[in-house]
Amino acid sequence: MTDKPALPPYARALDMNIVDEIHGAPVIAMPFADRVQGRPGFLHGGAISGMLEIAAIAAIHQALWAKGSDSNIKQVNVTVDFMRGGLDQMTYAVGEVTRLGRTMANVEARAWQADRDKPIAMGYMHYLIKAKRAG
Amino acid sequence: MAFGKPDLGSITPKGAAFDPALVNKMMGKFGHGGFLNMEYVGHGDDWVELAIDWREDLVADPDTGILASAVIISLMDNATSMSIWTKLGEFRPQVTMDLRIDYLRPSPSGERVYGRGVCYHLTNSIGFVRGFAHNGNPDEPLAHASGTFIRIGDRIS
Repeated sequence: MTDKPALPPYARALDMNIVDEIHGAPVIAMPFADRVQGRPGFLHGGAISGMLEIAAIAAIHQALWAKGSDSNIKQVNVTVDFMRGGLDQMTYAVGEVTRLGRTMANVEARAWQADRDKPIAMGYMHYLIKAKRAG
Repeated sequence: MAFGKPDLGSITPKGAAFDPALVNKMMGKFGHGGFLNMEYVGHGDDWVELAIDWREDLVADPDTGILASAVIISLMDNATSMSIWTKLGEFRPQVTMDLRIDYLRPSPSGERVYGRGVCYHLTNSIGFVRGFAHNGNPDEPLAHASGTFIRIGDRIS
């Protein structure tokens, strides 16, 4: 067992990896490839959203773990703003838990390429926090 | 890196009516649409329905087999995008400005997921869209979507 959480099959299929962390939240990297391409030469919005989602889930698991909680999470919704076209280069994403309550969490996720101050997309997610049933 | 595929404009020549089934043959064969194996299901004046088959490598949680929610985003992105060209009757270059998805319930393990995108308003520069995803019965949606697309220059790359 390593302390790195295993990424889900969907993330592995798109060749996402944890490469770093920012304020404790895992940074996800994804190389450009045909399988994540939308219009020619650019990332598909759905693949960018996939990175945001994986980064958000990783951030919230990390935040729950830091609190000593083993609760499950359930995604309620997501809004993605697409700001720049994703070019044929490495893309990074990280999530930030802006509020972690007992019943819900707000998470923001940012995806960028060469410059973290120039995001290609931002995601805003709400998650339901569900305590594991005893037994 | 070039992948040597034609852009959408080149298979929808000016003057020819936009054909979502034909266009999806390309969008669903190459790139991310190809990875997800998106299939054309049907269309009307202002809507397009596409579908993705459940697959082990599209799963978010191996314990439950529930599809990654981003698979639904990709499906709704493509279906709503194509609904604009369908309502317009021709292709015009555009990019997604924003997209919101509400997840009413998970898409169960093994189930095919359908996404219907509707363009409910169109201006010279913006396409306003909404839609929903289901597992075969449109009366039992699993997610709702809404978003906007912005027209970009006539050359897209």
